[in-house]
Parts: sequence; structure tokens; C-alpha cells
Amino acid sequence: MTAWTLLIIAALTAIGFFVGQARAQGLRNAGAASLHSLPAYHGLLMASMALAAAGIATLAVALVAGSDSMIMPAAAALLGTGAIAASHRLITRDFRARNRFEHFVKLVLIACSGVAVLTTIGIVFSVLFETLAFFGEVSPIEFLFGTHWSPTSTPASFGLIPLLVGTLLITFIAVLVAGPLGLLSAIYMAEYSSKKMRGVLKPLLEILAGVPTVVLGFFAALTVAPLIRNTGEGFGLIVASESALAAGLVMGMMIVPLISSLSDDIINAVPQSLRDGSYAMGATKSETIKRVVLPAALPGIVSAFMLAISRAIGETMIVVMAAGLAANLSFNPLAAVTTITVQIATLLVGDQEFDSAKTLSAFALGFVLFCFTLVLNYIALRIVQRYREQYD
Amino acid sequence: MDASPQKSTLSNSPRILAARDTKIVASDVNVYYGEKHAIKHLSIDIPDRAVSAFIGPSGCGKSTFLRSINRMNDTIDGCRVTGDILVDGKNIYDRDLDVVQLRARVGMVFQKPNPFPKSIFENVAYGPRIHGIAKSKTDLEEIVVGSLKKASLFEEVKDRLDHPGTGLSGGQQQRLCIARAIAVNPEIILMDEPCSALDPIASARIEELIDEIRQNYCIIIVTHSMQQAARVSQLTAFFHLGDLVEFGDTDDMFTTPQDKRTQDYITGRFG
Amino acid sequence: MTDTFDKGNAAFIAKRYSSERRFRAYGAAALAISVLFLVYLIADIGIRAWPSFFEHRAVLEVNLDASKIPAGNVQTGDFEGVVRTAFRGGFPGITARSDLKSLTSLLSAGAADDLRQQTVANPASIGTTVKAGVLLADDADLYLKGMLTDTVKTPGKTNLQLAQSGDEFILTGDLSQLAAGQIVRANGGALRIASIEAGLARAEAVMPPVTLNTLAPGTWDILSFSHAEADRRIDDRQVVWLESLRDKGAIEKHFAWRFFTNGDSREPELAGLRGAIAGSLLTLIVTLSLSVPLGIAAAVYLEEFAPKNKWTEIIEVNINNLAAVPSIIFGLLGLAVFINFMGLPRSAPLVGGLVLALLVLPTIIIASRAAMKAVPPSIKEAALGVGASHQQAVFHHVLPLAVPGILTGTILGVARALGETAPLLMIGMVAFIVDVPKGFTEAATVLPVQIFLWSDLPEVAFQSRTAAAIIVLLGILFCLNAVAIYMRKRFERRW
Repeated sequence: MTAWTLLIIAALTAIGFFVGQARAQGLRNAGAASLHSLPAYHGLLMASMALAAAGIATLAVALVAGSDSMIMPAAAALLGTGAIAASHRLITRDFRARNRFEHFVKLVLIACSGVAVLTTIGIVFSVLFETLAFFGEVSPIEFLFGTHWSPTSTPASFGLIPLLVGTLLITFIAVLVAGPLGLLSAIYMAEYSSKKMRGVLKPLLEILAGVPTVVLGFFAALTVAPLIRNTGEGFGLIVASESALAAGLVMGMMIVPLISSLSDDIINAVPQSLRDGSYAMGATKSETIKRVVLPAALPGIVSAFMLAISRAIGETMIVVMAAGLAANLSFNPLAAVTTITVQIATLLVGDQEFDSAKTLSAFALGFVLFCFTLVLNYIALRIVQRYREQYD
Repeated sequence: MDASPQKSTLSNSPRILAARDTKIVASDVNVYYGEKHAIKHLSIDIPDRAVSAFIGPSGCGKSTFLRSINRMNDTIDGCRVTGDILVDGKNIYDRDLDVVQLRARVGMVFQKPNPFPKSIFENVAYGPRIHGIAKSKTDLEEIVVGSLKKASLFEEVKDRLDHPGTGLSGGQQQRLCIARAIAVNPEIILMDEPCSALDPIASARIEELIDEIRQNYCIIIVTHSMQQAARVSQLTAFFHLGDLVEFGDTDDMFTTPQDKRTQDYITGRFG
Repeated sequence: MTDTFDKGNAAFIAKRYSSERRFRAYGAAALAISVLFLVYLIADIGIRAWPSFFEHRAVLEVNLDASKIPAGNVQTGDFEGVVRTAFRGGFPGITARSDLKSLTSLLSAGAADDLRQQTVANPASIGTTVKAGVLLADDADLYLKGMLTDTVKTPGKTNLQLAQSGDEFILTGDLSQLAAGQIVRANGGALRIASIEAGLARAEAVMPPVTLNTLAPGTWDILSFSHAEADRRIDDRQVVWLESLRDKGAIEKHFAWRFFTNGDSREPELAGLRGAIAGSLLTLIVTLSLSVPLGIAAAVYLEEFAPKNKWTEIIEVNINNLAAVPSIIFGLLGLAVFINFMGLPRSAPLVGGLVLALLVLPTIIIASRAAMKAVPPSIKEAALGVGASHQQAVFHHVLPLAVPGILTGTILGVARALGETAPLLMIGMVAFIVDVPKGFTEAATVLPVQIFLWSDLPEVAFQSRTAAAIIVLLGILFCLNAVAIYMRKRFERRW
């Protein structure tokens, strides 16, 4: 039925266009030289009215009677034809078909830009409902402050703290790696490198940024983790084969391009006049950067770091492949820890019933993750906006 | 806001105006950009088949007023216009007026030549196409060639109508823009400092062109150059800080200005 | 008067300059580390991947026995049987059941596939004997690629006497070439050296020799290994068989086209990417056909028509935030809304495409807006000036001029969608799927998820396949990025 309905709608739209255009062209040939709108617009308007009428009819029937109903194509055909008949009478010399059609287009455009808002609403609701259902079974206090996480054992325990510590530990390692690397790279590219060199380096960093995280996860698990383990054992240390350090290091390399490209933009936005002022007093380049450029760019750099942290917290594949599954409450970078995203992924991969606390807990974790990253992103974006306005 | 609305000195119409039909009548026009009061209580009558020049120091509102005649100000956020502007007796700020049709009747040439990045032919043909002026392909070609001829550009480009318009020299580009404006049969042509981005020789060509076509159109030109105003226009309006200070025959204006501010400006004391 | 260029300052100035150099070096080092990481990453994966692009086949004389392959229905013929018979025929001395099983385990489960296809295409060959390359199993393949052990073949240079006592064989003579663990191939058999004592070497039969003749120089050779039998996934007998095939010239190495033309499989040597590539393609079609029109429409509205008010601001803040929401959250959205609420099928490219469309929508909107912003307002004014409506000005002039920028942004969005894994795990695109998906609602997987699935498998051969799949994915992404960079360079307009 759906296919037939779609076919009918498409046909009516096409018919509407040709009927409208032909009628307007007829008026024009009959001597109405100063037709307000071009015949094509009359056609487009009629087509869009047919489309809208038939589309609304279809949706209404589908909602009421289900999409298998025979009424659906019939309703579409009826209302579409009705719309064509009704708008046929409207076509006169002075009818402003273009304006009407443009109004229609504008409505479509508004609807399209609403999709982004709908997405956010969809995210909030889908996560929120399941989270509330979860809190019906496990108290929020126990969830937020519990120090033990084992959703599959009996009785199951849902304490967020070990996951939070694991997530923050890996994020901390990542930022420790990516912060200096990214910032220094940005400074070098913005202030020291020649235009030609920049033309080579920037695409290289973009390639690094474009490496899918599943690839980085594979690399972390198969190359970096054994490397760290072997090195650590060479020094007599006990290193877990899924150490936080391995995941953190690779995640750090993942966010280097993010920090460097954001910082690069920010540093370039610092007005040349500030630098000139410093040079004119006999400061060297590095002194100018350290004492003038970086302080001026500080808000932007802070926000770049915040976006990077948010990215690291939400990153999934690297930790799924290279970090542990067991929730150990540990601050040791050489131990295996697990993260929020790892738990979401492992809880929801495979078949799941939607009413078990185990499945719902994944949504609760998603809710925590969403709130965390939303706050970080929002603050970071606000800071950047303020900063841009300052130098615009 | 200005307490005493200042009527223009219009009551005693310029001599030239009397000899011609009035094309545009503006009365008590105010333009605001947000809080800024850019045009204050302006009233003016502009004649058909003549060139009127708007002069005045930067920021005096002459371009703003020009852009309210074809409602290009509508495209600026926070811009508000009050008062009436009548073209052939019809208020262009009427609710039921279609701004698109207005702009077909009121052509515009901009400060910087802005041909579309398309062929020369397409540049000129665009207007007639969207207004459905040409009935056929040959019709369209005639309009394009006719417009290019009127803009005295045809001889220079007749072999390369399919070349991009952006490849022409600055002066040629500006004449192309004039041809583009002419192609939709406007009655009024607004020119916003059309020569400011051109060298003197190209400017002279444009001025010649304006002189040739003035018989058929109501032309309004905003210019920074008083010499240009004196050369091309029959009437001149002097704007200052959002006020229309003086409007009269160009010859009178440059010899015996009525207002002290006009005198100071044309003798180079400010501006 | 104080001299500005006072010598007393020299030390201080020098210190400042060295600090300057140091700072600059830090920057260069930071960049170098990032670039080296990238190079190391790609090299490491490339080296792991390389062997997977090749496969080994045994070339056999196969008798297409008409009694086993019905001419009327070639497809159902017992090609496995005839191939097995042909393969065993090369080793007439092997008769014990366990030996035969061990021998046939060198062949892939799909060894007969190619022959079946050839015969279907050429039924006239039934009843004749044809030369056919049959695919070897993953362990045999790995051994031949030298990934299980390094094998060194040394020709025997001395005379050795051979004697048998019970199951044990004794070698005497010049034993200088021998060492324990090696295999001596002589007299139609193969002996593994168990131990070397004063003047004699004890050995056990891997394949019993046919005669006990003295081993003359040039008639025997030694196989020595870097990994002892217990440390590798292939035993000495199989090694001897493979080596004898190799010596006969019956082993061929080919480019592994089936890596691209096969679907997924539990057998590493048969596993291919076709299913995953088809899944990625279907998913991308859904993603693109939704996100591009929606994204451009939203960008046009926000950039050109939206009034500057609270609502517009909310939409803008919302889009910027959405661009930074972790991708796994989009997976949760897809699971809760598309699968549970709307009842769309799990694991389907349709749902994957929807989720990814929402994921890349902000990217496309932001890129499209930037591209339209870069079109100078004078173009729009010119159109308005000749009486074009606002929409005509935008759709006839601004949007066409912004197309290269929009396209660049879209390509980058596609690259992101193509590499995205986490949200697809949430909506169940992790199933083991052998068939190549043909529709938008069939169960499917995509390239990055296939990588994730393979990386989890224990077989060594899958590790290499995973790396090879990564190289394919990176290759596609690299091409997409190159196109984007080229377009940016080629169509970048300076106004």
C-alpha cells in the first residue's frame, strides 16, 4: 500500500505542475501579457498544494488506520485531486502564484531546520524515560554514589563511581598527552611554520583527525597495549593487558588534531596589532607568544580543551577495544579500568529485554554522559562565541 | 528624535521640475537602522527623463534614501521605513505591493560592479527570464543585444557573449550591470556611486552613457564627486546628517547655493 | 649615556634567544610526534594487513567425475569430494584415517568453490580431468606466508647412514648439519630429529621413508624452524606435506580477490568485505538522501531567511551543541526511537542510515552555512536589484555558488559517517551476516563494524584480515578526503 500511495502522490504532484503551468500559459497566450507570476510558478504552486494535501491525507490515514489500510491511497488520490481542482480556479492574471509558492517553500525550510531541534528533544526524551524507569528499580542515590558496579551478577549492583573514575582517569591521561602536543602544534603552525609547511601539516593532522576510532582501538589493543605491557614489565611493574594508559595514550593522539585545529583558529584570531605592539618593544617571538598571544587567546584555548575533554569522555570504540570490562575502582594508570561508554556498549550489544534494570541502566549511563558532555560543550561554545565577538 | 519636522525646500520647485512629469514623490520619509535615525522627515519630488544627483558627506543618508526607492533596505535587518514614497502615484510601501515587481520597474546599479559569475549573455538575460518578459528565444536574444547596445557595450563583447562577465574590465563590468538593469525595461534607474571603483577613463564612459540614456529614464545617481554631479545631472540634492538640505537645478546649486551648509560643502570646507 | 647594546646584556640576550630556540623546538617536536604517530599507525596496520591481500592455492589435476557431478544440475555436484580425492591422490602413501583428516584439513572449507563456478560456466569439462587451483585453509596459508614459523631449507651435504630400530630411526655419519627439532627429508620420507648423541642422531618418522638407503649429498635436505611444533598451529606432518607440494611447484600465490568479493565467513581465508561494503553503501545512501537535503534546507533558512530572534538563536545553539554530542548517544536515540518506538527492523541499513543522518546533519548545516556566508552579498544584491525575489536570488545565485563548499562539507560528513561504529553497535548492526544485503531493511553490517567484529575473533588469520579491512576503509576515507581537499583548492573563489 505504501508504495502505491507514494506513486499516487508523485503522479498527482507531476499532474498538478503541468495543469497549473498549462492554464497559466493559456492565460498568457490569450493576451494577458502582464501575468503576475511566470507560468512555471503557477505549476509549482499547484504541484505543492497537491503534494501537501495528498501527503497530509496519507499521514492522517496512516496514523488512524495503519499504513496497510486501503483507504490510504484512496484518501491521497481524493485530496490531491481536490487540491488541484480547487487551485485551478485560483489561477488568474493577478494571482500571485510565486509569492504563495515561496511561502510554501519557506515553511518547508523552517520544518527542515526544526529537525535539529527535534533530534535534541528526541535524545533527551528517549534517554530520560528509560532513566526514570531505571530509577524506579534502583534508587538514584545508590546509582550516583555507589562504589560497586556489576550489572550482571545477582544481586546486581549499579554504582556509578567506578565507571566515573575509570572514565576520568582515561580522559585525564588523554588530555595530559593531547594538551601539550595539540597546543604546541597549534602554536608552531600558527606562528612559526611557513605557508608551504602549513599546507602540508594541516592536511596531515586532518587525516589523523579522520582516522575512524575503531581503527585507533585496534591499534591500541594490538600494538600500544602490548608495547606498554612489555616496557612496564621490563621495569618490573605489573601492567594489565588492558591498561588505562594504553587507551588513554591513543585517545590522546585522537584529540590532538581537535585541540590543535581549534587552538590554531583561536590563535589566528588574535589581532596582529597585539603582536606588533610586543615586537615593537623588542620582545622575541616566543616571549610575544607566551606573554601576549596566549593570554589573549586563553578563553578560546580553555574552550578547546573543554571540547576535547567532552570528546574523550564520549569516545567509545577505543575504550571498548582497549580498556577493560571489569569495574575496578582504581586510579592506577597501569590497571584495567572500565568507562561509561564501554558499559553502555556492552550492555546494549546483543539482544536485550527493555524492562530489565540491566538494559535500563545503559540509558541511565547515557543520560549521565549526555549531561556531562552537554554542559562542557555549552560552556565551551559560549566562551568561544564571546571570544569571537571580542575580536570581530 | 527631531522635534521640528523639517520640510524640504520643495515648495518652490526647481525650474526643471516644472518642465517635466514628476516620477517620484516622497513625503515625510524616515528611515531607522535599529536606534539610528538615518533619514529624517525627508520630502522630495523627482522628475522623469532627467538625471538627479544626490550629494553629501559620507553617512549623510543619500545611499540609504536611494535604497528605499526600490526597497533594497528591506533586506537589512532592523531597518524600518515610515512615510510615503510614490512612484507614478502608487505608494511603494503599500502592503499589497509586490516588491519584486517594484524592483523590475526600478533598476539599480551598485557601487562596485557586481556581475553574476556567469556568461555575459546570462547576466543580461537573467532579469527578462525571471520576469517572463521574453516570449521566445529570439525575443530574449533581441533584448540582450538591445540592452548591451544601449549600454554601449555590445561592440566590445559581441564575439564573446558566452564568456564570463567577471572576465571583463571594471568599466565594462559596470556597463554590463547597466545593461542588466536596462534589460527588464525599468522606468527608474538608481545608481549608487557607479564610478567610485573605476578609473577616470572608465568613469567618463559611464558618464557619457548616462547622458545618452537619460532621455528615456528617470535616473538618480549618488556620487561623492561634485564634478561628476555637475557634469551628468540636471538636478542636485544635497544631504547632510540625514536631512535633505537643498534640492534644485544643478546649475543653480553649484553657483548660488541657498543654504550655508551646501555652500561650505561645495567649496570644500567639510566633507 | 647608557649603551643599549651594552656588553653586560649579552649574556641575558643569549639566554633569551636560547629560550626562543627551545620553545620553537618544542613546537616542532609536538608536530613531529603527531605525524610520526600517524605514520607508525598506518605502517603498523599496513604491515599486518599486507599478507591478507594474497592467498595460496594448491594446483591439482582434478577428475570431474561424471558420476559425482550431474550434468543436469552442476551446481549441486560433489565438488568437495572430487577435490578431496584429487588432493589425496597426490599423497598415495597416506591411508590412515587420522592422517587423511589431517591432510584434508589443509584445504579450505571453500576449496571447491572456484572449481564449481568454473564448471558451471563450462559444463563440457565434466568427465574430463582439469587443472584447478584450490584454496588452502588459513593455517596452511599462514604457514606458506611464513607467519607461523620461519622455515629454512638446507640441502644435505654429507653422507648419512640410516637404520631403523622399532619406531625409531638412527642416523650416523657426519652429523654436523643436524640439530634436534629439525626435519630430514630423504628416501621419500621425513624424519624429525629427536636428539643427537655422540656419533648418532635419533629420529622419529613424520612420514616413514620408503627405503633405508644411505643418504648421499644432494639427495636429502633439512627443514629447520624458528618455532617448534608445539608453538605453532600447524604440525610437522602438515609442514612436510605443504613443503612437498611447494617443491613440486603445486603451490601458487594469487591476489586475494575473494577478500573483496566474498561476504563474511567463519573461515578467515573465505571471509570477505563485500557484505560490509554493500551494507556501508546502503547505509550511506539513506544517510545522504536524508541529511543533504535537510541540511542544505536548514542552512538556507538559517543563513538567509531566519529572523534574528530567540528561536533562531535556540536552533543555532542547538545545532552547535548537537555537533559535539557523543556518537553513542545517537545510537541510544536510534534504539529507543527508531527501533522500540517506531518498530523499524534491527540491524537494518535503514535505521543505521537514519541514525547517521542525524549524526552528520549538524556538520552539513554548519559547512553549508559557511559556504553561503562566503558568497559576497553583492551577488545577492545584484539579483534583487533586477527584481529577483529573495528566494530567487538565493536559489538562482547564492546557493549554486556555494555548492563546492557545501559539497566539501558533505564529503567530510560522509567520511565521518563511513567511519562511525559506536551508534551502529547500539542498533544491532553487529550480527554475523554471511549474505550480502540487498535491501534497506535486511540485516546488514558496515565496514567499521566488520572491523570491530573481526578484531574480536581469536584466529591469527583474522587479525591480519582486520588490518586489511582497516586499510580498505582508510583507503576509501583517504580518497574522500583527497577529493574534498582538491575541490576546496579547485573551486575556492577569491572575491
